[in-house]
Amino acid sequence: MQDKIIQKAKELLSGGAVQVVIGYGQGTGDRVRAIFIQKPEDAGRLIMDGRCVQNLAGYLMKHEVRALGRAAIVARMPVLRSIAQLMYEEQFKDSDVAVIGISDANELVDLPDLNALKEYVRANPLKLTPEEQAEVDRLDAMTREERWAFWMEETSKCIKCYACRASCPMCYCARCTVEVNQPQWISVPSHDLGNLEWHIMRAMHLAGRCVNCGECTRACPVGIPLRLLNQRIIADIADNFGEEEDYALAAFKPDDKEDFIR
Amino acid sequence: MAEFEPKIIAFVCNWCTYTGADLTGTSRIKHATNVRIIRLPCTGRIDFMLLMKAFARGADGVIVSGCHPNDCHYTSGNFHARRRWILFRSLLNFMGVDARRIIFSWVSAAEGAKWAEVVNTAVKEIRALGPYDEYKNLAPIRASWRTEHAG
Ligand code: SF4
Ligand code: SF4
Repeated sequence: MQDKIIQKAKELLSGGAVQVVIGYGQGTGDRVRAIFIQKPEDAGRLIMDGRCVQNLAGYLMKHEVRALGRAAIVARMPVLRSIAQLMYEEQFKDSDVAVIGISDANELVDLPDLNALKEYVRANPLKLTPEEQAEVDRLDAMTREERWAFWMEETSKCIKCYACRASCPMCYCARCTVEVNQPQWISVPSHDLGNLEWHIMRAMHLAGRCVNCGECTRACPVGIPLRLLNQRIIADIADNFGEEEDYALAAFKPDDKEDFIR
Repeated sequence: MAEFEPKIIAFVCNWCTYTGADLTGTSRIKHATNVRIIRLPCTGRIDFMLLMKAFARGADGVIVSGCHPNDCHYTSGNFHARRRWILFRSLLNFMGVDARRIIFSWVSAAEGAKWAEVVNTAVKEIRALGPYDEYKNLAPIRASWRTEHAG
């Protein structure tokens, strides 16, 4: 697998198809980190193994990276999904990015352009794993008071560092609502109210857009299970609206079902 | 001790529910006075952040109301809003926020009587739930500010 990626990266760089390949390389200690390969002879530094889980799609949105020229990106399923969503949101054109796609079965997938990527993502709709669903269900089975206590306890650890936001490829707004102070939508201090408001807002602004890559949860320095909020919404979207839309909140059906509007 | 009078904020759309509420008045139908109405152009504009602001400032309950499906002045604002409400309500419930305190309804410009009923039922239900201290106590909201604005 790793050899095939290196081979592909070499081809893309030496043929001039791209100016930079974004992938994983050796970091400090036993860790891998994002690397940006600009010369074909450096492609050998690319790594692909079980440690390579970071969602690299966020780098495609950085102007520093865009300044390097056309990019190719090493993309497992969550990265492919992020790119599809970012395209939907018109964050880049078809010609801006090339992908070195890797399937969930760890095979190289041939995605010659971003339309092929879109088709591939559509053919593999986002679903929670049975383990993820079970965790969501476990919380659902609690009483409301227990869930309140659970989240009060969890969010009380939040220090509002916004690492969750910084690591998320979908959180690219130049000005986040959390920083708006006319009016002050989210209470600034990280007291119970400020934390609750931040977590509700983060989850809602990612509704229908989150690709369940887990980056936010990995980034959180205090171990808040943020993913559960996103996963609750992912399950709700599948249950209530089906899977056919690219972005469920930009669409509707006149007969969408609910049981709470009087 | 006097009966608890809940403070309820109603976010309504300009074209249906607001006009409907106006009809309640011109038809001289009486209803509970616990509700402060905030008029917005469309249900599509009733952002979830507005609802959270209401609770943060001490509301005990919130009413969200707009045009019936297929009646939206802007054709589809209420359809989009409905999808967001479905997710928002579920998320709140998942976080243990008391979603029973947010009451959703469709009230048309012709339904003055229905508006009165929505308001009266909401007041009755929120009164039974009691003050939403759980939320009010999240942040140190000055007690004096609360009494001053509690009406
Ligand atoms: S919210 Fe978290 S899981 Fe979802 S796309 Fe962003 S980083 Fe990934
Ligand atoms: S990364 Fe964790 S601590 Fe930092 S703002 Fe997000 S939830 Fe809070």
